Amino acid sequence: MTTDSPIDEQVKISVRHLNFYYGNHQALFDNNIEIYRNRVTAVIGPSGCGKSTHLRIYNRIYQLYRDQRAEGEIRIDGQNILDPSMDLLELRRKVGMIFQKPTPFPMSVFDNIAYGLKLHYKLRRSEIADRVEESLRGAALWDEVKDKLRKPGTALSGGQQQRLCIARAIAIRPEVLLMDEPTSAIDPIGTSKVEDLIGELKKEFTIVIVTHNMQQAARVSDYTGFFYKGVIVEYGKTSELFTKPKQKKTEDYITGRFG
Amino acid sequence: MNKPAVFPQSGPAKGGPGGTPLSDKIFRWLAIGAAALAGLLTIAFFLQLAWHSYPAFREFGPGFLCSTQWDTAEQKFGAAFAIYGTLVTTAIALLIAVPAAFLTALFLVEIAPPLLSRVFGCALDLLAAIPSVIYGMWGLFVFVPFMQTHVQPFLSDTLGLSVIPLFDGPMTGFGFLTAGLVLALMSLPFMSAIMRDVFRMVPAVVKESAYGTGATTWEVARDVTMRYGMQGLLGAVFLGLGRAVGETMAVLFIIGNSEVISLSLYDSGATIASVLANKFAEAEGLAKSSLFALGLILLCITFAIQIFGQLWLRKIRKNSGGGL
Repeated sequence: MTTDSPIDEQVKISVRHLNFYYGNHQALFDNNIEIYRNRVTAVIGPSGCGKSTHLRIYNRIYQLYRDQRAEGEIRIDGQNILDPSMDLLELRRKVGMIFQKPTPFPMSVFDNIAYGLKLHYKLRRSEIADRVEESLRGAALWDEVKDKLRKPGTALSGGQQQRLCIARAIAIRPEVLLMDEPTSAIDPIGTSKVEDLIGELKKEFTIVIVTHNMQQAARVSDYTGFFYKGVIVEYGKTSELFTKPKQKKTEDYITGRFG
Repeated sequence: MNKPAVFPQSGPAKGGPGGTPLSDKIFRWLAIGAAALAGLLTIAFFLQLAWHSYPAFREFGPGFLCSTQWDTAEQKFGAAFAIYGTLVTTAIALLIAVPAAFLTALFLVEIAPPLLSRVFGCALDLLAAIPSVIYGMWGLFVFVPFMQTHVQPFLSDTLGLSVIPLFDGPMTGFGFLTAGLVLALMSLPFMSAIMRDVFRMVPAVVKESAYGTGATTWEVARDVTMRYGMQGLLGAVFLGLGRAVGETMAVLFIIGNSEVISLSLYDSGATIASVLANKFAEAEGLAKSSLFALGLILLCITFAIQIFGQLWLRKIRKNSGGGL
């Protein structure tokens, strides 16, 4: 149920006839959607509707698990990332991911960010230091941690840890950021900082955010897709989807009749 | 080693003076008693060993630690050869078993398909259950000849390692290298079983985020899983180390049992544990006291390993602030 591309948007990711299976259980049914460049696209829907499953295909992280498989086509800048010949490491450099829980690596704040950098780029020490600072500033965390760079990443507060993960993701200069319920494990203050940050980040990145929180979707996103039982029921501008939903199911969900 | 009295006083049935129920108090004293017992036993071991080894230390002084002589006729005894043998065989065992266990565990958790992982896992558990004397017999009848006819000629001649004194010597099949290898094999199942559990405990989302950063399986294991589980992994290493240092029967069969220090890994030698097992039956007087002294040294080495391990662990925990 995709809408036609609005004139003023550029398509970054184009999903066609996407089906997904956990073993014999089909979780996604013929998903079609277009994600626009430098926009925040929210994916909403009740638990178990397949929104996280859908997101986890974009960087093929699902492939860590043997019995999961995807069929169909996902084109990022025209390149089908589901093609078996796709270089996964390059894909994951291009498509960064933020998870439900902050997942700092067991190393210092500095190394958490330098780590990903070193995986993908050959840089001098001074360049690494510059990129670390740049990323921390980009994640609105620099002022809070500039004196704690040698402290363990796990010593930060939950909200700071999540911004550290965002800094880590943007340090390797991806083009797309996937966020899987990024604020579900952090407090309201941390949440509002992350939300503000999302608004800033979309200037540089294309963002897809899964959230179970409809207010959050309304606050941060430009486009919203509503998932139900593995099907994309409705997709469109956030302002329209929340005020004039076209589908009965969407209306029931956003007005709190189920979910 | 008197256990402290388990029941303090027969207080009121419920709600003692501090308001704690009697059951809580009993539990408390049982716990204190159990903990105290462990401490007291350790101290008692030390005292006992020190007491019995005193004659040897009085006779030979600190020179006991440096002398390699073990001469019953002249009543001159020294511990250096046994300490050397213990350290060398343990080092060989760890050098081989730690990386092997790490890779085995990694394979079982991250790479192998579930069915294969289960089969291999069972095989490992079975290996761990084999009594050490069986390893010793197998070592003597199968592994020693194999070392003599294949491994040692390969290392020294084919690879040309005999230019290094370590790999230069009579190829009898017995000796430090063979004992070290068998020790490695014996500690491998324990270590990999624990490492496997450690790897399994690392939350999936942490691993996913590392893969999501664009790391390969090996990079994730080395930089994230390993650090995350460092405490558990070290625990595994120390368990293996403990087994290797104290292992007696298997070593006794294959190390050759001679009181020498030799740079060549092909030479016969002895470890503290093998000397104790070998000589206790007929030792008396100063010889017996010297054996007790060896026992005390073994206990001290084990303690030193533990303390070093704990300190190292604390340092790592402070620096990375993470993990299990």
